[in-house]
Amino acid sequence: MTDPVLSVKNLSTHFFTRAGVVKAVNGVSFDLARGEIMGLVGESGSGKTVTGFSLLGLVDAPGRIVEGSVKLNGTELTTLSQRDLRKRRGSDISMIFQDPIATLNPMLTIGQQMKMAIDAHERLGTRAADARATELLTQVGIPSAAARLRAYPHEFSGGMRQRVAIAIALLHRPSVIVADEPTTALDVSIQAQILTQMRDLAAETGTAMIWISHDLAVVSSLASKLAVMYAGRIVEQGPTATLLRDPRHPYTAGLIASLPAMAKPGTPLTQIPGTTPSLLSLPLGCPFAPRCDHATNRCKDDPPMTHTAGRGYRCFHPTGQTAKAPA
Amino acid sequence: MTGFVHIDDVARIFGPNLTTGERIAAKLGGKVETRSVRAVSDVSLSVRKGETLGLVGESGCGKSTLGRVIAGILPPTSGTVTIDGTPVMENGTKITTRVQTVFQDPFASLDPRMKVGDTVSEGPIAHGLTTKANARTYVAEWFTRVGLDPVWVDRYPHQFSGGQRQRIAIARALAMQPDVLICDEPVASLDVSIQAQIINLFLELTRDLGLTTVFISHDLSVVQHVSDRVAVMYLGRIVELGPVANVFGTPAHPYTKALFGSVPKLVLDADELVKFDTIDGEVPSPLSPPSGCYYHPRCPYATEVCKAEQPQTEDLSDVRAVACHHFQRVLDSTKDVRAVPE
Amino acid sequence: MSNQSTPLRRFWAEFRENRIAVVALVIVVLLILLALFASLVSPQNPYDLANLSLMDSRRPPGFVGSGGYTHILGTDPQGRDLLSAIFYGLRISIQIGLAAGFVSLTIGTFLGITAAYLGGRIEALIMRLVDLQLSFPAILLALVIVALLGQGKPQLIGALVAAQYAYFARTAYGAAKAERGKDYVEAALAIPLSGRLVVWRHLLPNCTPPLIVVATVQIANSISLEATLSFLGLGLPVTEPSLGMLISNGFPYMMSGRYWISVYPGIALIILIVAINIVGDQVRDQFNPRLRK
Repeated sequence: MTDPVLSVKNLSTHFFTRAGVVKAVNGVSFDLARGEIMGLVGESGSGKTVTGFSLLGLVDAPGRIVEGSVKLNGTELTTLSQRDLRKRRGSDISMIFQDPIATLNPMLTIGQQMKMAIDAHERLGTRAADARATELLTQVGIPSAAARLRAYPHEFSGGMRQRVAIAIALLHRPSVIVADEPTTALDVSIQAQILTQMRDLAAETGTAMIWISHDLAVVSSLASKLAVMYAGRIVEQGPTATLLRDPRHPYTAGLIASLPAMAKPGTPLTQIPGTTPSLLSLPLGCPFAPRCDHATNRCKDDPPMTHTAGRGYRCFHPTGQTAKAPA
Repeated sequence: MTGFVHIDDVARIFGPNLTTGERIAAKLGGKVETRSVRAVSDVSLSVRKGETLGLVGESGCGKSTLGRVIAGILPPTSGTVTIDGTPVMENGTKITTRVQTVFQDPFASLDPRMKVGDTVSEGPIAHGLTTKANARTYVAEWFTRVGLDPVWVDRYPHQFSGGQRQRIAIARALAMQPDVLICDEPVASLDVSIQAQIINLFLELTRDLGLTTVFISHDLSVVQHVSDRVAVMYLGRIVELGPVANVFGTPAHPYTKALFGSVPKLVLDADELVKFDTIDGEVPSPLSPPSGCYYHPRCPYATEVCKAEQPQTEDLSDVRAVACHHFQRVLDSTKDVRAVPE
Repeated sequence: MSNQSTPLRRFWAEFRENRIAVVALVIVVLLILLALFASLVSPQNPYDLANLSLMDSRRPPGFVGSGGYTHILGTDPQGRDLLSAIFYGLRISIQIGLAAGFVSLTIGTFLGITAAYLGGRIEALIMRLVDLQLSFPAILLALVIVALLGQGKPQLIGALVAAQYAYFARTAYGAAKAERGKDYVEAALAIPLSGRLVVWRHLLPNCTPPLIVVATVQIANSISLEATLSFLGLGLPVTEPSLGMLISNGFPYMMSGRYWISVYPGIALIILIVAINIVGDQVRDQFNPRLRK
């Protein structure tokens, strides 16, 4: 096996607020190979977005990475100075956000913004920069890209703006792109266009991606492997098809079973009872135990990540036909 | 007609809504947008008693506007909405309590400074469904019904989670004892694991109370699950309407077909990634819709006639209606998956 | 989250964290109590001319006058005990400030919310009028009105209201316009509830935070505006001096070393206004979500 481009080990990011310590990310580990797309799935407050921010060193006070390592192409990112980190950001690892209107400057044309993004990391002449920008805009599916360089963000539709944001993220051919719910605000027909293109881009350019989403169906159509987060931890990870077909963690199983597509129309859906716990006061042991039908006394201890056959789960009582509870 | 809720030739046009300054600027020849938007154009449909009608489409297709017209929140520019023969609005004012609404965002739809019990009881008190003295018991009943603990009536909205807030919003609507419920994206802003709880509650309540429902959502799988019939909207018009199984199974309008093809599906038995049937291009601006059939610039089936003529609504044999010149070709191509549209 | 976590309780819990604001609040409450019970705490009734002796006029602090008690802060040109005069003056200043504040709050809120709720021509008419008035200096307007109406408490309050209601109208309008577009207002109207009920039960309570902020600032402004008018001799009758008039009375003697007649009422006025403003600032910060920690 080749070395992973991104290797995250035991990453923990906590927020030290007036109300107490919020353990937003708690011991997260995963590897990402070149050109691989990983789906990071979770509900609001599961820590998926903070995980993404932590990878780029974008966590602001009162939050900080308290533990763990993030290795990008062999370089440890958590110990880099802000200056060195800034050099990596945008060139080696970049991020796409849910709301492109918040990331594009309304006062500058798309061309100017792309030129600035290029200038931040390398010296190119105006003509060469324009050519690079045009090439990338075309690649993400923006028609008559050369002419659109002179347009301002408000002249683009939501879907087109997100494409521009993706093009900017791709400018320096980064090894890894972290995409935080980039299609959630878009219509399904536009989402389908972008998902198809991202799939092709990852294959063509070898850029690896972490696709953060609350929507299992979206990531399952894009990612080759999945990590499911709950209350700041990855509770289950593995190849997409295996994980969806044969989930081991009761939370994953519950999420899949609760989808309307899994039930006969008009019949009650399988529901996960209760609500997600507050990250300020997590229950002892397995955070999912209070909502879990499989929970026993043993779940008052924290289940470790069990690794079997290329997948992993944090549960003492895994579901699934082949599963046997480890003694 | 067997309908209970009649929507008769309803159109809703949003004017340019100019301020005085803009009006002066327009007179002086300034660049001011003076075109109006036809958010809903000539929609006629009826909803049967006890049925759930799903309303789907992408953002800007007019589904929310149509929902608000049916709910009596927005007066239609032309046309009427009646429930069991009585109009919902008169002179721009809602005159019935028989239709109630559940809104999308439970964080915005509850007054942050009002106790949730008062939020639920103020409508019934104002309309004589209960008295001030009995309000607490009345609210408690509805709280129990939607799965909330009645001791919470004195709490404020910020003390509840999103799912609980949506239950409160549902209680507020149901406490008015409506016959018709308009649900505008009621689960769109909820977490996945909470959505199932609210959908189940909705199914249970509509069945037990015999409610007639219009369920608006962009999430096709949710609509497919809860609806009896579904109406698909594109740029303010209904392009296809019929029983869920037929519309979802064999779409007759090219837009319906493409929309369903775009939805990411959770496919458990495929080892390869699913291919999308994507629609090219984007929804045109409703300020200047295309000629003829609004969908023709994006439609693989489009011919000259689509550019020139707006298609009439045709009734198909399987109790559905479709507005497309070429629905037969669409149906044929769906039956034979390999058929390529010309 | 506790069960009794009403908005008011949370507000107070946060307010308590700013010590300076708490001290300011204590001072404001203390001054209001002093003003309320001025007749009990004052050694003398400064408005009863029978109590005054010209023999005692312009005496320095610590002087024992014909009444047989010590004038701790000295006396004014009419022979009033300054401490008593300050307590009574505080009473008048606070009375006028509160009265003018509440009347302008009521009128301004009514106009602003009406404009925001009804929209259209009424909105345009009310708000242009308010804008027009806001373009004049408040003091100028108050001067003109007092000059036209003559002296006396009701006239003075009327002038202050006329000069200040526009601030409340502007604030209420902005807040109501923002709240009007929110889902919960639409949800209430969709039931349907009458417009009056929605305004009264939903719009008004949700517009109060910015109005409270403006009210505290405007009460302080009313007090200083009243003091200014009195100082210029356009305020209240000389027989019942407010703080502004006390300052004005002592002004001619400042240069002759009899500083206390002007300075002590001035200090009282400054303490009152600064304290109100500190409380107002804290309230504003708490209502502004952007400054929230």
